[in-house]
Amino acid sequence: MNNKSGLILRHTPGVRANHWFVAIVFILATLSGLAFFHPAFFFLSSLFGGGPWAKILHPFVGVIMLVAFFMLASKEWQYNRVTDADHQWQKKAMDIMLNHPVEMPDIGRYNIGQKYLFRTLLLMIAILFLTGIVIWQPYFAPMFSIGLVRLAVVAHGIAGFVTIVAIIVHIYAAYWTRGAIRGMTRGTVTAAWAKHHYPGWYKEMSKRSE
Amino acid sequence: MVQQSLNIERRSATTTPSPGVRHSVEVAKLIDISKCIGCKACQAACMEWNDIRDEVGTCQGVYDNPADLSAGSWTVMRFSEVEADNGKLEWLIRKDGCMHCADPGCLKACPAPGAIVQHENGIVDFQQENCTGCGYCITGCPFNIPRLSPKDHKVYKCTLCSDRIATGLEPACAKTCPTGAIMFGSKKEMIVHAEGRIADLKERGYQNAGLYDPKGVGGTHVMYVLQHADKPELYSGLAKDPQISPLVIFWKGIAKPLMSYGLGVAVLTGIMHYVTVGPNETEEDETEK
Repeated sequence: MNNKSGLILRHTPGVRANHWFVAIVFILATLSGLAFFHPAFFFLSSLFGGGPWAKILHPFVGVIMLVAFFMLASKEWQYNRVTDADHQWQKKAMDIMLNHPVEMPDIGRYNIGQKYLFRTLLLMIAILFLTGIVIWQPYFAPMFSIGLVRLAVVAHGIAGFVTIVAIIVHIYAAYWTRGAIRGMTRGTVTAAWAKHHYPGWYKEMSKRSE
Repeated sequence: MVQQSLNIERRSATTTPSPGVRHSVEVAKLIDISKCIGCKACQAACMEWNDIRDEVGTCQGVYDNPADLSAGSWTVMRFSEVEADNGKLEWLIRKDGCMHCADPGCLKACPAPGAIVQHENGIVDFQQENCTGCGYCITGCPFNIPRLSPKDHKVYKCTLCSDRIATGLEPACAKTCPTGAIMFGSKKEMIVHAEGRIADLKERGYQNAGLYDPKGVGGTHVMYVLQHADKPELYSGLAKDPQISPLVIFWKGIAKPLMSYGLGVAVLTGIMHYVTVGPNETEEDETEK
C-alpha cells in the first residue's frame, strides 16, 4: 500500500473511528469511576453533574465502552498473535526503551508490548463488566449475595486500576514513539517509520504494493 | 439525617478533621430482650416519629411484619422460636436495626464525602442529600442493615432518632416501649444498668446471660441484654463476632490509597522517561539506506 508520498495505511477509517470512540468513552468511564475510587478524586464527579449523576452514568458508560472495545478488539484480534520475532524483540525491549541502537527483529504489525496491552485490556474490561454488573445498584446488585458483592467491588477497583495504568502506558508509548499518533489520527505512517519500528510489517506491506 | 452538628467524630470520604468544637457524652440504646413482649410499639413509634410509611406487605405466616428492614422500615422485630436449654421452648424476639458501631463499616466504605457521619455521641447517621446511591455502605455493614430505596436510590436506616437526641429527648422507640425493654442514656449508664439486669437473669437460671456490645466493631451504641449471650445467633442470626469484612478493609484501607499513588507514579514515570531518555524518533531517510 505504498503510495507516491511514501505513506503506508496503518489504520482504516473504521478502526480509527472505533478507536477514538473507545478512547472518549474510556475517559468518561475513568473520570466518573475515579470519583468513587478515592476521596481525593471525588471532585471529578462535578464534571458529570455531581455524585448521583456520576454514579448513574458510570455503569452505562462502562457498558458502551465494553461494546465498543470488543468491536475494536474483534478487528485487531488477528494481528495480536505472539511470534518468535516478538520474543526476540522482548529481549531487546530495555535497549529500545532507552533509545539504544538495536537490530530490530522482523516483527509484524504490533510489537509484543502492544500485544500484552491488548490481552490486558481484553481481560480487564471483561472483569470490569462482570464485576460491574454484580455491584450495579439498584438494578442487579440486590440479586447477588453480599459476599459476592464485596468481592466484586474489590475486583472492580483493582481491574480499574490496572486498566488505567495500561492506558497511561499506551498513551505515553504512542506519544514517545514519534510518528505513531498520526497512524491513528490520519491513518497513515511514513515508510521510514514502518521500517524502523515494524520491519516485518513493512516488508509485507511493500510486497503487497508491488 | 439531622440538622447541622458541631460534634462530628468523622465523615465518610473526608481526609480533614470534622467539625468537633462541641463535645458530647457517648450515648447508647439498651435493648433488654428478656423484657420484650413483641408488641411492635417501637416499630409504630419509629414510623410515626420519622414519618415514614412502608408499603403494606403480605403475611409470611410468621409474626415478623414487615418481613425485613427496608428504606421505609428502619426497625423490625425478629421472632425466633428456639429450644436453647434442655428442650425448653423460648420465644426470642429481637428488635433489629442499626447498631451504631463505634467502628462503622458503612462509613468506611462510603465514597461520598459527608454522606455518612458519625457523631461524637456515637450515632452513625446517613445524610441522604450527599448519598450517590452506590450501595457501598451495604458492603461495609457487618449487620446487614442499610437499605437502598428503589424509588429514590438513597440509602436509609435507623438514625437513633438523632434529631430527638440533639434536643435532649430519647429515641421514639425507647419512649414508647411499654415494658421498658428499650432504655436510653449514656453508654456508661447503660452498661451499669445492663449489669444489674444480667445479674438478675443469672439468678433466674440464665447462666449465660450477658451484654452484647461486640468488640469486633469497637463496641456498639445499640446494645442487647441477651439471655444466651454465648449464642447470639439464636436471636435470628445475630452475628457472634461481627467485623467489617476483610475485603472491605483491604479495598478501602490499603488497595485504593496505594493504587491512587500508583496512578501518580505511572504518570510521573512517563514524564521522567521522556525528559531523560527523549523521544523515539525515526530518521526519515532511513528507507534510502
